[in-house]
Amino acid sequence: MHTGFLTIYWRDMLRFVRFKTLLFTSLVQPALWLAFFGIAMSNNFERLTATLPATPGVRTIGYLTFIGAGVIAMTTLFTSLFGGTVLLFDKNWGLMRETLSSPLPRIHIIIGIGLSAMTKSLIQATVIMGFGLLLGVQFFEGYTPAQLIFSLFGIMLFIGAFSLGFLFLSAAIAITMESPEGMQAVITLLTMPFFFTSNALYPANSFPPLLRALSTVNPLTHLVSGIRYFAIGSDFSSIGLRYTYTQGEVLVSFLALLTFAAIMFLIARWRFTKVTVT
Amino acid sequence: MINILTTLLPVQKGSVKIAGYDLEKEPEMVRESIGIVFQELTLDRDMTVREILEYHGRLYSMPKAVREERIDELLGLVELEGKRDTLTRHLSGGMKRRLEIARGLMTRPNVLFLDEPTIGLDPQTRIRIWDYVKDINHEGTTIFLTTHYMDEADQLSNRISIIDHGKIVVTGSPWELKNALGQDLIYLETSDNWSASDLLKKLESVKEVREKSKGIIIMVNVDGTRLLPEIMDKLRNGGIKIRAVNLKKPSMDDVFVHYTGRELRDTGTEKG
Repeated sequence: MHTGFLTIYWRDMLRFVRFKTLLFTSLVQPALWLAFFGIAMSNNFERLTATLPATPGVRTIGYLTFIGAGVIAMTTLFTSLFGGTVLLFDKNWGLMRETLSSPLPRIHIIIGIGLSAMTKSLIQATVIMGFGLLLGVQFFEGYTPAQLIFSLFGIMLFIGAFSLGFLFLSAAIAITMESPEGMQAVITLLTMPFFFTSNALYPANSFPPLLRALSTVNPLTHLVSGIRYFAIGSDFSSIGLRYTYTQGEVLVSFLALLTFAAIMFLIARWRFTKVTVT
Repeated sequence: MINILTTLLPVQKGSVKIAGYDLEKEPEMVRESIGIVFQELTLDRDMTVREILEYHGRLYSMPKAVREERIDELLGLVELEGKRDTLTRHLSGGMKRRLEIARGLMTRPNVLFLDEPTIGLDPQTRIRIWDYVKDINHEGTTIFLTTHYMDEADQLSNRISIIDHGKIVVTGSPWELKNALGQDLIYLETSDNWSASDLLKKLESVKEVREKSKGIIIMVNVDGTRLLPEIMDKLRNGGIKIRAVNLKKPSMDDVFVHYTGRELRDTGTEKG
């Protein structure tokens, strides 16, 4: 097997580790979300929902735990969507000419960058989870070590598939755009609907029908559901609502993420065959 | 043009063979056999000298042992051993160029493309780069060099093609090209350039006379220092006054102007 994508992966990771500021901010920023937004909102929600009767026999979890999964998902979304920017810079600074005039098949560039974005997302997710547990996020409560490992594995699979999908999308945009400013604008525009039509910060059950439909096809919703299933459980209640996830639903969510990644991969590949860098 | 030859752009017209491979039919093979130094610097500022070469070697699937050996060898060649772990952003312009040349040679290409390699470099650095280019060439690598500097083309090339408006107007060795203009060039400013040129065209040893804005250029087949007195006598006898005289050997600059009919400052010309 041609392992050219490892070369691309190696270079991108080299830069990730080398830029200490970038590395640091990319890890601290999601932690701050949890610390400020999470704790502030959680206090408000606890007050509002304190009067609601708890469903008997169902574990009730705090809002901080509820959005813990949302913050992990959101961070993965941002990291992956911006992950392709490196291609735009490479293209604009002529660095990509070296790669494109080499015998390396172009598809390896996409795969290599995809894998490095996935690695970054997994590192970030691990850090946020650790930080969240310190802040009082009730993940993995009462899990046996075997269950814990299984759950972590499941979460990583979900994050991996999701980050690949959005990285491919980002790569396709990067290779098509001319300017970093344009790319920044497009991506900021994209993050809004993905983020706010998902169940990351609030339950999607009470959305109006159109938003709800959007939420159902939104990969972010599927990622959040997956993380909640593995980190919290298949039956819990929060903010006065009960959540149940069957194994089938979780599998569908995972397949949805894989499908999304596959479609984005095809789009990125198509955009890459069009690119001429001179 | 370099972009087409290095497979970055598709061939539109004609056919090209590089190192025995057809550019259109076997672009992969062409890529395997060439090395490229682009006109603009294309070094990642955030990678070290060693990493730049390492990355390149990996792109071409070179085995690890070979990569390491080549890196040592090439850093020695371009005298960057001491900079092995320096980020390229901290290198001077000349060092960056040398690193790029080393990178171009990393895969031991049969053909090395150098696209205006000395543009924007100081004279000392330029001469050092020329030395490397000559060494590499002597070791058996074919070098395809484009430049706007005629002295560079003259110094480095075995064969020069002058390209004007995308067409090759002449090809030959530097010696052939310069000699085609005659053995010497005599420049004259006279009171009547038109009659002077008419008069001189009749001389047997005069190859061609060209009128310039203020004077005329006479290309001669014989030793100009011997012919010049004869020319001056002839003009004086014809009642033409001579205001200025200059005699020189044709340079590549003269060759360029001769074949393109334009001064060097004009844009859109390339030499290889």
